[in-house]
Amino acid sequence: MGWIVGSIIAVGAVGVTLVYGILGVGDFSFGDTMTVGMFVVLFVVSAEGANLGFAGGDFGPLSFGWGLVVGALLAITLVVGLVLLLEVLVYRRLRRRGGGFFVFAIASLGIGIMLRALIQLIWGPGNFRFAPGIHKAIEITEGVRIKPDQIFLIGLTLLIGLGVYLLLYRTRFGKAMRATADNPDLAEASGIHTDRVRLGTWALGGLMAALAGVMLGIQTEVRFDSGFVLLLPLFAAAILGGIGSPGGAILGGLVVGIGQEVSTRWIDTGFKPAIPFIIVTAVLLLRPRGLFGRDT
Amino acid sequence: MPFDIPFNELFLTLVTFDGAVNWTVGFLTTVSFFAILALALNTQWAAGILNFGVAAFFMTGAYATAIFTLDPPQLLESYVGGWGLPVIFGWLMAAIAGGILALLLSIPMLRLRDDFLAITTIGVAAILRSIANSVDGLVNRARGLNGLPRFLEGIADEITPGEDYRWFALVVALLFVAFVFWLVSRAGASPWGRVLRAVRDNEDTARASGKNTVAFRIQAFVLGGVLMGLAGGLYAHEIKSVAPSGFSNVIGTFFVWTMLIVGGSGNHKGVLLGALAVGFFWFGIPLFQESFPDWLGSRVFQVRQLIIGALIVIFLLWRPEGLLAEQARVSRYVSRRRDPPPTTPPKDPTPTATP
Repeated sequence: MGWIVGSIIAVGAVGVTLVYGILGVGDFSFGDTMTVGMFVVLFVVSAEGANLGFAGGDFGPLSFGWGLVVGALLAITLVVGLVLLLEVLVYRRLRRRGGGFFVFAIASLGIGIMLRALIQLIWGPGNFRFAPGIHKAIEITEGVRIKPDQIFLIGLTLLIGLGVYLLLYRTRFGKAMRATADNPDLAEASGIHTDRVRLGTWALGGLMAALAGVMLGIQTEVRFDSGFVLLLPLFAAAILGGIGSPGGAILGGLVVGIGQEVSTRWIDTGFKPAIPFIIVTAVLLLRPRGLFGRDT
Repeated sequence: MPFDIPFNELFLTLVTFDGAVNWTVGFLTTVSFFAILALALNTQWAAGILNFGVAAFFMTGAYATAIFTLDPPQLLESYVGGWGLPVIFGWLMAAIAGGILALLLSIPMLRLRDDFLAITTIGVAAILRSIANSVDGLVNRARGLNGLPRFLEGIADEITPGEDYRWFALVVALLFVAFVFWLVSRAGASPWGRVLRAVRDNEDTARASGKNTVAFRIQAFVLGGVLMGLAGGLYAHEIKSVAPSGFSNVIGTFFVWTMLIVGGSGNHKGVLLGALAVGFFWFGIPLFQESFPDWLGSRVFQVRQLIIGALIVIFLLWRPEGLLAEQARVSRYVSRRRDPPPTTPPKDPTPTATP
């Protein structure tokens, strides 16, 4: 169970760590952009979507089919569009005025409030599911049971991690992104279109938010604050891995997710949300730059 | 008819003089608690501290006073404390509890990672709510603590026998606002406050001048925490019951941030104005709820939430100094040490050359 939650946190944390490390924006609306992605998929796979001819059968033992694929593509398009719009309308203007982390953080806080309110205005405060019914777990070996969906989620996480690694370290655009993160002025002087790089980074962050949102929706119930409650775990994973390090974020996500689930063996479940907080505090005291972060 | 105002009961209570007075008394009392929160937040903000966990401090203060002033648990209730102490003692403990929480949360500041403080604080309210909700025998779980004594109820009867208690509560709340306003203004203008501004504007220079900048930051954070705890203590005795669900991020944190940004961060008078304006918007809208069309009337809470989020973004973009600006220093409040300096040079209050 911890592996699944950890995978979802890992994918989201990759987005958080890139946006934080490369753009200097601690995005406090990241969880809510995830939620937007979840609800877009919900719309497509639910009755409204079926009326438009989206729903399809299931893929073998998985709980979802073509409807989810269409939904995910639509979610990615809309969420990426949303964050690009926010960069152009809000963050770019604040940056040009000389705003830093604090201003970005407060702006993203306001944006997050608006997104949660909008989702509640449209869908209400209830709980929803992508697919009704119960899906049976299969037994891999003696005593180890896992749902097919969950194998899919873990596999997807590894694939996403590999993709982001290749993009960052094997393409020119990835190089430009890392250069912008190191020194925006120098990057600009070297002929890198930093505005374009920023848009690309936001798009990548939005892609991660949408994917993490879709994954979360497959695993759990869909609520207006599903993503928001993951905000601290997401940041904890990014900080543990080292801000700006996607590989670290994936490892951090798994540690946070598994840590949360394992903790309930020893402590009251009420303390479970405190685990990411404890991890952040411990990282700060022992190794402030995180596992794979660069020395600042 | 679009302009047809329904002559409903609520409207009737408002148009009568007594109804309007009653509403205003309750409104100003409630806004007072939020004004204290906003002033406390402003004190931290002015020291370059980003606290996204106001609700946690507010909740801690409210629970602290409840534990000390309530009577022992009765049948089907279970909580620690219940010592039945006087409300004034409860307020003191609320303030202390807020300060202790701030101390516990100040670890990121020791490591000079103020950005991480924002991240750790945003989760704290949810953690405290989760603990309060699920741990047995701590604070009566989700049912909350009920039947708190109203503040100074006995004394109120002696001073103003037969008078409406609400007026007394309002006066006490306003006195506290005045006291907190005086305190944070004095602190800001004192040598201590000057060091804080220096720490915020240029930490390296402040440190080179021999100031222990980390200690100053933590002091400002703790002062804010103490005041937020106090606000929670005052609030608890006004509403007379505390439950985890009453301390959401929306009302406890975001609402207060909107007051700060709208009013004018850095300027205590602006923050008071912001508290009044945003508070009037938030608590005033439900008065007209019944005259809204159905689709809107049933979603007033979400619409209010949408608007306080939008106000934050709109003010940051188009009026970063807020309603009341603070003497030409505002651009510095919205920049950070590690960022490039603002494009416009800060105005120097002292002339560089005098003939």
